[in-house]
Amino acid sequence: MNITREDVLRVAELANLELTEAEIATYGPQLASILSFCEKLNELDTASVEPLAQVLETAQAPEIAQVLETGRPATQSADDVTARQNLRPDEPRDAMVIAEVIRRAPEAVEAPTPYFRVPKVIDR
Amino acid sequence: MSATASWTVSTIRAALEARRISARELAGEFYARIESENPRLNAFLALSPERAYAQADAIDAKIARGEPLPALAGVPVALKDVLSTRGTETTAGSKILKGYVPPYDATAIERLDRAGAILLGKTNCDEFAMGSSNENSAYGPVHNPAALDRVPGGSSGGSAAAVAAGLAVAALGTDTGGSIRQPGALCGVPAFMPTYGRVSRYGLIAFASSLDRIGPFARSVEDVARVMEVIAGRDPLDATSAGHAVPSYLAEIDQPVKGLRLGIPSEYFGEGLDSAIREKVERGIARLKDLGCIPTPIEMRHTACAIPTYYLVATAEASSNLARFDGVRYGLRASGGTLADMYRKTRGQGFGPEVKRRIMLGTYALSAGYYDAYYLKAQKVRALIKGDFDRAFHQVDLILTPTSPVPAFRLGERTADPLAMYLADIYTVTGSLAGVTAISVPCGKVCGTLPVGLQIIGPHFEEGRVLRLARAFERAGGFEG
Repeated sequence: MNITREDVLRVAELANLELTEAEIATYGPQLASILSFCEKLNELDTASVEPLAQVLETAQAPEIAQVLETGRPATQSADDVTARQNLRPDEPRDAMVIAEVIRRAPEAVEAPTPYFRVPKVIDR
Repeated sequence: MSATASWTVSTIRAALEARRISARELAGEFYARIESENPRLNAFLALSPERAYAQADAIDAKIARGEPLPALAGVPVALKDVLSTRGTETTAGSKILKGYVPPYDATAIERLDRAGAILLGKTNCDEFAMGSSNENSAYGPVHNPAALDRVPGGSSGGSAAAVAAGLAVAALGTDTGGSIRQPGALCGVPAFMPTYGRVSRYGLIAFASSLDRIGPFARSVEDVARVMEVIAGRDPLDATSAGHAVPSYLAEIDQPVKGLRLGIPSEYFGEGLDSAIREKVERGIARLKDLGCIPTPIEMRHTACAIPTYYLVATAEASSNLARFDGVRYGLRASGGTLADMYRKTRGQGFGPEVKRRIMLGTYALSAGYYDAYYLKAQKVRALIKGDFDRAFHQVDLILTPTSPVPAFRLGERTADPLAMYLADIYTVTGSLAGVTAISVPCGKVCGTLPVGLQIIGPHFEEGRVLRLARAFERAGGFEG
């Protein structure tokens, strides 16, 4: 397993990370060592194994799996299922006071229309 | 230490009701102790006395009026700094969130608040909960109260140390690969990881969303059960929180343990396990046999693959979750250049070395050409590891293992080699990947002062069964010295 300087720079660009020269030099060998260790997984034959993204299907009550699979409750009223599982009613409500959020930004304009300020994106 | 340092939820309740102490006086004692002890432990990053005393006064008013008290009335608790708290700085142990004050409470914290708990402040942790020693905090490491030159474990090291040192009666931590259980073991306090989905993650600053759990540290298993009754349950604000009814854990913990079948997986007692810890854990298992439990050897054959699987899955999810820290909406913003420069500089300056390393690893594992070989492969092995647990729980009621292969190590001892640090999680990442529930309970000490933890793992939503055995074990004692 070899991670080149170019590999490190490419991944850092994908991840939007500015790295120092010292970091570029150490992350290469460290990632190589960790990824070599991860190659242990190739000793296992997983050709017939379904990937597991999360344990949710077993963590939820059975009726939820049914709803997720069919998109609708087959045997119960919509209210009944909504009350018993995790999909809350689709009703709009205030999430957070915009002013509270805007106030915490590093740079923002609060009034009259609140928005976050960022460096200019488009030159014209 | 003054007497209140060893008080539990029930002793606090009795003292408040008998008016031997007021909630305000009790909170004051804990703050005084924090003031004297925290300089050498570095367990707390921020305190919230205004909120704490307001809550204490409300409890005292209820007592004066003779009103019934809520479940955790007057109980001083500490909160890991990855949990959003209204009005109190929340940094996740990172420079990138320095000065950030959330406008809302995490659901678990809101529930503690409603139950009358006194929210003392925020505890130190590895940056974004990434670490096994607390040395990745941007605000300096926590020192283990049992041996100040040693780590408290991580990532919830501040919460574990605060409870162990009597600076809080209970604390919330988070566990993604062992971050509650391992510091619980290294600091010598009960430390509980609920089933995935049992406690709402709303307001938790996400590390790896398919693995993250919130759970309590306390001075006793009974208090763990009391806190769990408050924080567990469905939350409309977290679609992954489970709809299953929350049973009375307090009623369950005193049920008999005789006849419980306890699986002992040989894979957890092999190479790499400190021999003194092995002896303690084996004595603990013998003690449970004396109580009428039935230890049974079991096989969990994909255990050796758990560390690589965990570090691929967790870092992939982290690389995505941490994309939100870009200097636009909160926290640090580096200046200069274009928008893209601002993103890169903010993240480069704001994140510490381990967080950057994990973002790099996760980004690599998800990138074109490597996705199938690393991320998809890890998800498939995750299914096999979960299969090990499914099969084991057809045979046995609970599984027993050491929590950590080694006792608390010295500060700086493992920081040079990231891979060596990752191996500290070898006995805890399996349960994280499988979504099951587990506790670490104190199981004696090695080298005179260093605590050892016994891990008890149970099937999904069998928190009560795990706590029942833990309680019986704690009561039996006999493993000290």
